[in-house]
Amino acid sequence: MKFGVVVFPGSNCDHDMIYVLKKIFNQEVVPLWHKDRDLQNCEFIFLPGGFSYGDYLRSGAIARFSPIMEEVIKFANNGGFVIGICNGFQILCEAHLLPGALLHNDNHKFICRNSYIIPQTKQSITTSSLDQDQPLKIPIAHGEGKYFAKDDVVKKLNDNEQVLFRYCDKYGKITPESNPNGSVENIAGVCNEQRNVIGMMPHPERAADENLQNVDGKVIFESVFKEIENRVISR
Amino acid sequence: MNYRAEINVMPLKALLDPQGKAVAKSLKNLELPEISDVRIGKHITLNLEAENEEEAKEKVETACKKLLANPIMEYYEYEIYDD
Repeated sequence: MKFGVVVFPGSNCDHDMIYVLKKIFNQEVVPLWHKDRDLQNCEFIFLPGGFSYGDYLRSGAIARFSPIMEEVIKFANNGGFVIGICNGFQILCEAHLLPGALLHNDNHKFICRNSYIIPQTKQSITTSSLDQDQPLKIPIAHGEGKYFAKDDVVKKLNDNEQVLFRYCDKYGKITPESNPNGSVENIAGVCNEQRNVIGMMPHPERAADENLQNVDGKVIFESVFKEIENRVISR
Repeated sequence: MNYRAEINVMPLKALLDPQGKAVAKSLKNLELPEISDVRIGKHITLNLEAENEEEAKEKVETACKKLLANPIMEYYEYEIYDD
C-alpha cells in the first residue's frame, strides 16, 4: 500500500511520519505538497502535526481550503482512509470530515508532554488489534487540543462507537485529572460515521522508534497495517 | 461600489474563553473589580466590491460562514459601510 503524507507550510511532524512509515515499518510513502492536486495514487493519506499556515485565523482553517485538501476531501468521501494527527485532526474538523472542533486548552497553555490514552473500541483500523485494558503512553504537543462537540453530537459519537481514544491515567482510569486540555469526556481521538476518517491529538509517530525509549505508538500503526492487509486479502 | 465590512468573531457565550478569563484576572490586579466577563474575539476588516449593499452582505455572509468563523465555537456579527 502506498501512503501519502501531506506537507503544508508550517507542518512540522511530516518528516517524523514519513520516517516512521518508511524506516520503522518499511512502507512506501511519498510527501504530498499542499499546492498540488495529485494524490499520486496513494491509497492512504496522513495529515501530520504542526502549525499549517501558522495557525492563522484558527488551527486548520486555512489548510482546509488548500488545493490538496480538495482532493483529500474527495478521496475521503469516496471511502479512502485518512488519518489526521494533532494539526491534522484540527484540519479534518475544519473540513467537516470529522464532527466537532478543537478549542484552546482550558489552561490556555501549550502542553508538550506524555499523556496516557486508552482505546475505546475495536471498530476502527487504528484500534482493532489494541487491548482495551492497556493504556498507551503517547506524547501530546498542542495549544488547541480541547475536543468539543455539542451534547447530541457527543451522544452520537458514543452510541456509534466513534470515540477511539480517551485520556486516562497510567493505570487506564479515565479521570478528570488525566484530562490534559479539558476535552469533553476526555476524548482524544474520534472517527467519522463511515469509519474511514480518523483524527487524534496525541502523536503515535513520536513514540514508534526504540531510540526514543517509548514505542507505545507502534501498536497503533501495526493495527492499521494488519487491518489493511486483512481487507486486501478479503477483497 | 466599494464597501468595507467590519466583522467581529467572538467565542460562543456558552464556551469557556481561557484568554478572556486570564485577562479578567489581570484586570482585577488593576483594582478594577467592577469589570467582569471579559471575552476576547477577533475583529476583521475587509474591502469588497459589490453592486449594492445587499450583494455586499451576501458576500460577507459567505466569507464568515465558510472561513472567518467556525459556528461550532464562534458567532459573528458585522457592519457594512459604503466607502
